[in-house]
Amino acid sequence: MKEDIKSFTISVYTENNIGLLNRISAIFQRRHINIESLTTSQSEIDGVNRFVIVVNICEDNASKIVKQIEKQVETIRAYYHTEEETIFTESCMFKIKSDLLFNEPQIQNIIKESNTTIVTVNKEFFVLEKSGRRNEIESLRRDLNVFGIMQFVRSGRIAITKDQMKITELLSAFDNQ
Amino acid sequence: MKTQTANKKEVAVKKQRISGSEAVVRSLIAEGVDILYGYPGGAIMPVYDELYKFQDKIHHVLTRHEQGAAHAAQGYARISGKVGVAMATSGPGATNLITGIADAQIDSTPLVCITGQVFSHLLGSDAFQETDIVGISTPVTKWNCQVTKAEDIPGAIAKAFYIAKSGRPGPVLVDITKDAQVADLDFEYKKCTGIRSYNPVPKTSQESVNAAAELINNAKKPMIVWGQGVILGKAEVELKAVIEKAGIPAAWTILGASAIPTSHPLNIGMVGMHGNYAPNKLTNECDVLIAIGMRFDDRVTGRLDAYAKQAKIIHFDIDPAEIDKNVKTDVAVLGDSKESLAMLFDALNKNSHDSWLQEFKDLYAIEFEQVINGDLNPTKEGLTMGEVLKQINIESEGKAAIVSDVGQHQMIACRYAEFNQSKSNITSGGLGTMGFGLPAAIGAKMAAPEREVVAIIGDGGYQMNIQELGTIFQQKAAVKIVVLNNEFLGMVRQWQQLFFDKRYASTEMTNPNFVAIAEGYYIKARKVTKRDELAEAVKEMMASKESYFLEVRVEKEDNVFPMIPSGASVSDVRLS
Repeated sequence: MKEDIKSFTISVYTENNIGLLNRISAIFQRRHINIESLTTSQSEIDGVNRFVIVVNICEDNASKIVKQIEKQVETIRAYYHTEEETIFTESCMFKIKSDLLFNEPQIQNIIKESNTTIVTVNKEFFVLEKSGRRNEIESLRRDLNVFGIMQFVRSGRIAITKDQMKITELLSAFDNQ
Repeated sequence: MKTQTANKKEVAVKKQRISGSEAVVRSLIAEGVDILYGYPGGAIMPVYDELYKFQDKIHHVLTRHEQGAAHAAQGYARISGKVGVAMATSGPGATNLITGIADAQIDSTPLVCITGQVFSHLLGSDAFQETDIVGISTPVTKWNCQVTKAEDIPGAIAKAFYIAKSGRPGPVLVDITKDAQVADLDFEYKKCTGIRSYNPVPKTSQESVNAAAELINNAKKPMIVWGQGVILGKAEVELKAVIEKAGIPAAWTILGASAIPTSHPLNIGMVGMHGNYAPNKLTNECDVLIAIGMRFDDRVTGRLDAYAKQAKIIHFDIDPAEIDKNVKTDVAVLGDSKESLAMLFDALNKNSHDSWLQEFKDLYAIEFEQVINGDLNPTKEGLTMGEVLKQINIESEGKAAIVSDVGQHQMIACRYAEFNQSKSNITSGGLGTMGFGLPAAIGAKMAAPEREVVAIIGDGGYQMNIQELGTIFQQKAAVKIVVLNNEFLGMVRQWQQLFFDKRYASTEMTNPNFVAIAEGYYIKARKVTKRDELAEAVKEMMASKESYFLEVRVEKEDNVFPMIPSGASVSDVRLS
């Protein structure tokens, strides 16, 4: 019986430590699990890092992976969530020739309709920034591609979970031991 | 480094200004280390200079290869339950430890490895003997770190010992740059007692124990399979009490061996690829399977989708990542085995399962007739590995610690050695490291000099770390070495015979004069080729106060049975 492959967002709270990224990514590599995206940043707690990792796997594997991540000494807690259980976004930037902005009125419409922000404009180029779901970013990229894109970059997913993760409680419980 | 410290009174010692290298040695002494194994070299020389000054407090054993140091530290840890310590220089010294570290990781052996590293300003410059040992060791350590400042040394070592021995034990590595060794610090040692991101022992829930007890109390054919978790948790007494109260037949994995005496009436033998016939076969007949401190290794389960499918599965383990990893459980009981088994004991009804136990006895009788009798009481001309073990049992009365290497002799040793005392079966289980036996026996003997330590090794594995005879000689370690010489890499040859139409590719060995080599190291040595010499030779070896080497020429092409062929179900266990 083969389980359904789904997109899971794995959230990992860790100490801020050199080498931990290596330890965590090795858990995926060893099991031949392709990481769709990985971002790491400061979390809501000072000194605690948060990894957001997106993978397409079955739930059984997601659960096993999370246990392996939690087993690492410097992992505080790890969780996995489905897309429905998170609020998530990606962001992207475009660099486009400036003359297009004035010569192609269609571009201005695209910018307006897609809620895209103009970050900077100079003589040679202008830079657009947009946050949103993957399909919105992809459709924007397709629309702008018609006119020519000098550079495009997209970030990995960042996600907030709908349910609580209670890391602060966990840490203060330790401090009060 | 965020570590929780012991209470203030305990650590109120005056700070002293000392070097980083002295701090390494003082930290080891503060952790109660009396023996460590290692090999000096450029990047660790300042620490060795301090070891020289502290040699009345801490004994450094110079092995002949860093791999030997790692395995010796493992042997020390496995027989004593304490943390083994190995030390090496940077570059090749550090990489040579890796096999031992990987072995300790998969067999949950507490190990602290300290490696020297090039000066921190040279890191990343491809300096002489620079290697990224932290990167290399990451997948095979429980934790590791690099120290580049002298003042971080005591904290890193304290954390290393705490992590190595707490919860599910494992190897840790602390890499110390040379500038950190030579710089000064204000030394103060505080033992680590907790790390906020690390929960080594999950609390055992009473509900899970009750659920387990209910399944067991209602079971008609319960069966226990215990592993090393019982030994690591020092829960031998609790396990025995559980088994006896509920009358449950209990089998063991290779690393669980010796936790319950071989002669115990409810001890039904070893599970796994070359385990006993009855516990393998009846794994697929039991109604409740209780796994305790074991991890359902593929060598134990055989084909997973045909493993104990009819049974309810209860899994006791300290490591939550083991639950549902290979076998889906009906009831998981997390926690330390000593505590969880004591709780289980209270919740169990007194019971017996005589007719179920009889099924094991009946299958044992079949195995005895078809396999065991021929192994232990052979009538053919060639010597068998089994009869050598039988003689050792007779002489040791089951009190010896048996250290084995990897291969046919290992399976024979685990199957036939009689154990009356826990921590008596020291072998490389998960990693299957040939070359483990000889150095591990040195560490075991030095950790427990009062015990008889017998290394059982094949002619292949023996030659993988044969240089450690030099360590035995120099340390006067009274290890008894038995090489079961069939002039083959026997286990691979057995597979070639059974599955590769006898194409013996690179498994036949033309061996040297082993007796002369042992004698070259001034170790008493003897070779036996005939059955009528065996009993007397084993007697002489066991009576020796010093180290002793015994080579036994055994039948060249004997096979180990029973056997579960790779990919087959446990119930397809073969007797021939």
